[in-house]
Amino acid sequence: MNESQYPEGDFRAPLPLIGPGQNARTITDKLTSVVLTPHTPLAWFVVMGIGFTLVMALMVSITYLFAKGIGIWGTNIPVGWAFPIINFVWWIGIGHAGTLISAILLLFKQDWRNSINRFAEAMTLFAVACAAIFPVIHTGRPWLAAYWLFPYPNTMTIWPNFRSPLIWDVFAVSTYGLVSALFWFIGLIPDLATFRDKTESPILQRVYGMLALGWRGSAKHWARYEHAFLLLAGISTPLVLSVHTVVSFDFAVGIIPGWHATIFPPYFVAGAIYAGFAMVLTLAIPLRVLYGLQDYITMRHLENMGKIMLVTGLVVIYGYSCEAFFAWYSGNPYERFMMYNRIIGGPYNWAYWVLLLCNFLVPQIMWSKRMRRNVWALFTAAMFVNVGMWLERFVIIVTSLHRDFLPSSWEMYRPTIWDFSTFFGTVGLFITLMFLFVRVLPMISVFEMRTLVPDARVKSPEGGAH
Amino acid sequence: MAHAATSPALYGLLAEFDSAQALLDAAKQVHASGYTKADAFSPLPIHGLAEALGFHERRISPLVLCGGIVGALAGYGLEYWTQVIAYPMNIGGRPFHSWVAFIPPAFETTILFSAFTAGLSMLAMNGLPQPYHPVFNAKRFARASQDAYFLVIEAADPRFDLEQTGAFLAGLHAREVVTLDE
Amino acid sequence: MNLSDIRNRLAGLEGRAYWRSLEELADTPAFNEYLHREFPANATEFTDPAGRRQFLKLMGASLALAGVSACTRQPEEKLVPYVQQPENVVPGRPLFFATAMPIGGRGMPLLAENHMGRPTKLEGNPDHPASLGATDVLAQASVLTLYDPDRSRTILYRGEVKTWASFTSALPLALGPLRTTGGAGLRLLTEPISSPSLLDQIDTLLAAFPQAKWHQWDPVYGAVQGGAPAAEALYRFDRADVVVTLDADVLTFGPAAVRYTKDFSSRRRIGTPQDELNRLYAIEPVATLTGANADHRLAVKAREVYGIAAALASAVGLSGVTGASASGEAAKFVAAVADDLKAHRGTSVVVAGDTQPAAVHAIARAINDALGNTGATVTYAAPLVASPLDGGASLAELVKDMQAGSVDVLLIIGSNPVFTAPADLDFKSALDKVKTRIHLGLYYDETAEQCHWHVPEAHYLESWGDVRAFDGTVSLIQPLIAPLYDGRAAIEVIASANGVGGQSTMDLVKAYWTRAFSGQTKTAWTLHDRQGRAFPTVDQFWRHALHDGFVASTSWLAGTAAAPATPAGTLPTAAPATASATGIEIIFRPDPYLLDGRNANNGWLQELPRPLSKVTWDNVAYISANTADRYHVPIWRDGNGEQPLMEIKYQGRSVTLPVWVLPGTADDVVVVILGGGREKSGRVGTGVGHNVFGLRTSNALWFDGGADLTPTGKGYYISSTQNHFLMEGRHPVRVVDAEEYRRTPAVVAELGREVPKPEDSLYPVHEYKGHRWGMAIDLNACTGCGTCIVACVAENNIAVVGKMQVAKTREMHWLRVDTYFEGDPASPSGVYHQPVPCQQCENAPCEVVCPVAATSHSDEGLNDMVYNRCVGTRYCSNNCPYKVRRFNFFLYSDFSTPELWAQRNPDVTIRSRGVMEKCTYCVQRINLARIDAKTEERPIRDGEIKTACEQVCPADAIVFGDLNDPASRVVKLKAQQRNYGLLEDLGTRPRTSYLAKVKNPNPALG
Repeated sequence: MNESQYPEGDFRAPLPLIGPGQNARTITDKLTSVVLTPHTPLAWFVVMGIGFTLVMALMVSITYLFAKGIGIWGTNIPVGWAFPIINFVWWIGIGHAGTLISAILLLFKQDWRNSINRFAEAMTLFAVACAAIFPVIHTGRPWLAAYWLFPYPNTMTIWPNFRSPLIWDVFAVSTYGLVSALFWFIGLIPDLATFRDKTESPILQRVYGMLALGWRGSAKHWARYEHAFLLLAGISTPLVLSVHTVVSFDFAVGIIPGWHATIFPPYFVAGAIYAGFAMVLTLAIPLRVLYGLQDYITMRHLENMGKIMLVTGLVVIYGYSCEAFFAWYSGNPYERFMMYNRIIGGPYNWAYWVLLLCNFLVPQIMWSKRMRRNVWALFTAAMFVNVGMWLERFVIIVTSLHRDFLPSSWEMYRPTIWDFSTFFGTVGLFITLMFLFVRVLPMISVFEMRTLVPDARVKSPEGGAH
Repeated sequence: MAHAATSPALYGLLAEFDSAQALLDAAKQVHASGYTKADAFSPLPIHGLAEALGFHERRISPLVLCGGIVGALAGYGLEYWTQVIAYPMNIGGRPFHSWVAFIPPAFETTILFSAFTAGLSMLAMNGLPQPYHPVFNAKRFARASQDAYFLVIEAADPRFDLEQTGAFLAGLHAREVVTLDE
Repeated sequence: MNLSDIRNRLAGLEGRAYWRSLEELADTPAFNEYLHREFPANATEFTDPAGRRQFLKLMGASLALAGVSACTRQPEEKLVPYVQQPENVVPGRPLFFATAMPIGGRGMPLLAENHMGRPTKLEGNPDHPASLGATDVLAQASVLTLYDPDRSRTILYRGEVKTWASFTSALPLALGPLRTTGGAGLRLLTEPISSPSLLDQIDTLLAAFPQAKWHQWDPVYGAVQGGAPAAEALYRFDRADVVVTLDADVLTFGPAAVRYTKDFSSRRRIGTPQDELNRLYAIEPVATLTGANADHRLAVKAREVYGIAAALASAVGLSGVTGASASGEAAKFVAAVADDLKAHRGTSVVVAGDTQPAAVHAIARAINDALGNTGATVTYAAPLVASPLDGGASLAELVKDMQAGSVDVLLIIGSNPVFTAPADLDFKSALDKVKTRIHLGLYYDETAEQCHWHVPEAHYLESWGDVRAFDGTVSLIQPLIAPLYDGRAAIEVIASANGVGGQSTMDLVKAYWTRAFSGQTKTAWTLHDRQGRAFPTVDQFWRHALHDGFVASTSWLAGTAAAPATPAGTLPTAAPATASATGIEIIFRPDPYLLDGRNANNGWLQELPRPLSKVTWDNVAYISANTADRYHVPIWRDGNGEQPLMEIKYQGRSVTLPVWVLPGTADDVVVVILGGGREKSGRVGTGVGHNVFGLRTSNALWFDGGADLTPTGKGYYISSTQNHFLMEGRHPVRVVDAEEYRRTPAVVAELGREVPKPEDSLYPVHEYKGHRWGMAIDLNACTGCGTCIVACVAENNIAVVGKMQVAKTREMHWLRVDTYFEGDPASPSGVYHQPVPCQQCENAPCEVVCPVAATSHSDEGLNDMVYNRCVGTRYCSNNCPYKVRRFNFFLYSDFSTPELWAQRNPDVTIRSRGVMEKCTYCVQRINLARIDAKTEERPIRDGEIKTACEQVCPADAIVFGDLNDPASRVVKLKAQQRNYGLLEDLGTRPRTSYLAKVKNPNPALG
């Protein structure tokens, strides 16, 4: 936080990372009280109610699905993949922001990440959980797919086919889930210790005590801790990039025009971060109000996220234009028709234009500082991006499949009620998990917030402020 | 700082300080005056504190490297064995050893193994989980995870002497110095 | 001791007791005597495999027939093929028996595949001139009708269950009183019949009741408008260089279509660019497959066909032709055709369609006579079916008598007039005036419901009989299984009316031919074998005929018999009159598969996409693009959905039908498809489509003017398997002109994009030693008839999914026939067909992406699908550029209807829910041949393996073989410059390739 070179009250001056008059104690008290209070805000119950209802819808949908078969969906031939895979990619993408904030921003020493990384990581875990549902239930025989996709020989000693991008997915996503969980838990340990020491309830003392693994903040522990944390961040960075790269391979390795594109990996990763930050904003903005955390998640944070959305959004747009350009420049009639069908002539062209509105036009308001510092503007933009990124996958998957090589097999795709109930069911699952987390664990990393207050800064042995 | 003769064995002396800076300075003093079995406790990582106590360790990095290598070999080995040796199949005219396609899974296993090496080895070296530790006996130590800074000199330290060490710690502007039982 | 005695002995015995009793029974002297009575000759036949098969199968059949009719509720118990194991039946190996399917009074010769006493698949009889190894769609699907659980199972009298015995005793009682009046009150209503033995029984009956009348009605094959032609034409398309059709769908309609397609396509399957093609001109109001295969096609109203024909006649130099009218484009067309005809005297032929009045037939015959084609490319013979029908006239006469109350006993044999009779006759109310109404039919249908007696009819695979093929060939029908549902053949019913009801169908048929052999029958038969040798004994004749399935000498095409002569043709004096020559023309056409609705309960046929339109599970009204424009009906649609419902008014009656734009239909014409809206059909067919017989009147059975179309504003969901009929400049079907191809054969290759070389790949190329199976499909021969699809369905146990699943394009057909239109939809310049099975790519995109390796390559290069391993990600289907993979979105295969189990091919797995499936190149047939070759220690011969689609194809368009065998037919075909791989520019290296379509346009028509 460098001193401002702007005159007092100039709106261009950078905002503080943390509210005035905060110190280790106030931070600790405030952030722990959110969880340790016996009083749960009414709003929490309302949101949980909505989320849980949707989870019930998910249960019903999946039960019916297993009973009848995936024919209950609108999926057909040629559109063999639709909502389930769209949702899968959408959720996985959302997850990426968490890892990015906690890992990449850590490597870049962006201390403003401290107040948002914790629940962003939680978001990652829950998003991956929601995503992981789809690859299993979208198969014709999920009771087999559930374990045949893992490296395990069946009774005929047949192993999975490692040439298939779906197997790469299995490896990438499960690795991603495990590493994120590890990263998240290790980050939690010192705060769990704080909870252990702060709570009066003997039960909670035991519970948090178990989870804290007996953390006592020893200097040596801190040294190894920070070292390992940095390494994990370093490892997670290529991981998070690889995961959506592999997801993009599901399509890029395919032969279908609109899938078979070399631009996919970078453009998918950018899209993932884009969607992820949109979702972080979607969660952060109401949460900070609900729990009065404006001093910790300040406008500065929101503004920064707005900036990242703007940048990644532009990368995504670059991806769109590359697709279009390649399609034209390749001279390949299939590719050219695919683009024509996607943007101009096709029955699904509306999806593409709405997508441009959501992912391209609306986020451009982020160029304006006023907008970036306007909560409502940010929230609106984030919501648009959430929708836009879902539509992007719809465009890529459905419009590419429904008209591929042989005109004779061209057909339309129409989702059914079960497609929607399953999708919104996972949204409910996400909300439910998120709010359970907020209720029982620190949604903001307490110990990392402590490092932001002035008296946390010490003169290092080599001298000079750190 | 009186203690009864019937009390259990002494673990060491616990001094509390007001600020991170005070703790860091004290740590330097303790190390300078030759104490080797000393440790500091803080609610947040303090840059240079461990070094100030003479703790220089970088053993995790090489372990993680090994983990990564093992992961890579395990991943690619699994693919090669299953696709070329155990059950070779002509899949779409591709060779049994389709090395290009084998890269992504091997990459992921590399990440998986190295990440878990990092996390678990950190816990292991820190001796965690460790439900009990003498410092927890100190009443105020609960604040160590919130906003208080502590420093311990163990009785096991060759230069430890209850009186002198106590005085020495008090001399470091410690807010309070208490004895710790095992 | 006869059948009913045995049944009396068995009455009351059930389960195990019944089995014991069968054994006991078999020992009684009475039974042995019975057997010997039944097979006096066969007892000495153990040296001859065919004869032994007959004997043992019949013994088994008879016992099953005798014993099991006690319990009709569990049909699977009836499937007891043998009481003792015949030594030449190897479990798992099918036996083939020659038989024939009667349809429209003609026979479709067949070889029936029999697995342990269960007929599972029908093939064409390769020796029979009417088949040459191929069959049509109806024959392929008829095996499903055999097992149809909804077939009528019991004899009913006024709704009460009765026995055959009670019927046979009741029938004489009903007929008795009539004898006094010479049977004045007796009427017999049948479908067209050519069966000599049945005709003989009918003659006997009519002899006993001289005053009785015999009427015939068949709304599809028998119905003619404006007088029946005096002669039936027999074409030799293999000899014709120029063919002109006048509203004649010779390549698909009728039992002759198979042979005609064989002959026609033999002139299209060119080997080198220099080979000569024949040329086909089609003049027709309805887009038919014949028209689609024409080099030039003129769409005119049905009532204009006569004028065009007359104009053509005078253009080729006939005088005294009246009513000629051809103007504008038609005139130019006629002139060009006439020149072409005159240039090919004796090697051309003019064909008049069955739906056109006698006058048009007369003109066509006159032209053929004038050009010297008669005798060369066409023969005119007296009609084959006895007492030829005169459209509705015969039926109208019957109805008149019924209304007058002068009909006491009406015997309806295998026809459903209550549903199909012309609306103006009001058959139903007339039927109420008949005192005793007896109905024999496969189903308890609309007519059965109105009759006192209903007797379940035996399927042709369940009973003995005989029939004549379109070329006169006498073909024997032998049962493949005992009647599943206690059905009776027509001959049994007539025989019991003649007082010989006790005899089995075999007795009756064999008795006739025994007499025929010694020349004691009304018709004199020359019975020789294929070498033209006479048979020494009647037994040898019978055995031989049964083995071959036909009597070679009776064929007018191949045999020694000459077609019965007919009086010379005469030119019509006036154009045929139609009720109204103005307004929108209404044209009736039978559904190509359901016909008049008699096949409505056959799921295979309901789901089989109709040629050109690809509509399934419904009958629609076809209109042209221009007509559609007038009523704002969309011409193309993006996907399955609702089609506009239109009210069609004609002569004060009206029905509401969904309209479908079929390019090639003449303007201001509405083509109404029959066969929908059955009220009493079965679980499959009841209520499917719309009943349009309400519009069909006896004087306009096929077409008439004065119809009226009005949009209702409502929509109706139509499921079709293809919705995009334009090629989008991608040339999946490569089409060239003969002249162009002759000049630069490379033109075919130039139509495709550059094909990547195998060496370009980062990976080494996979070597295939041993066999390398491949297929070549000649698009120039393929007529698009779709028989290959239903053959594939029958061979590979492919499930029926139903209308709403087809609506989501989830049909399971492993093989589809794509159709593409070229040019302006209002008047397409070309219509092309392309059968698309799995292309068996060597670099299969589907295999690479399967996560569980459920689809992989065999070492012979087959793209195998492992159902057990499949988890159903559908990734393979997404990645298949041909979209030939099919997915079980639900549990489509019927595991719950035991009747259908028996039909399934035991060599092919029944697929369950959630797995992908696709064409396997009939791997079960490959393996069977492999086993044979191994046991005989020889290599597999070329042509020994025929895939189901190849075997059934009437056009011989599909050839399967070993690509590593330089001598194989498939290698030779692929060596042609017409050969190309579908989407081979993607580097998939398909094993199936196509031979480009070569059109042979007349330069004069540009």
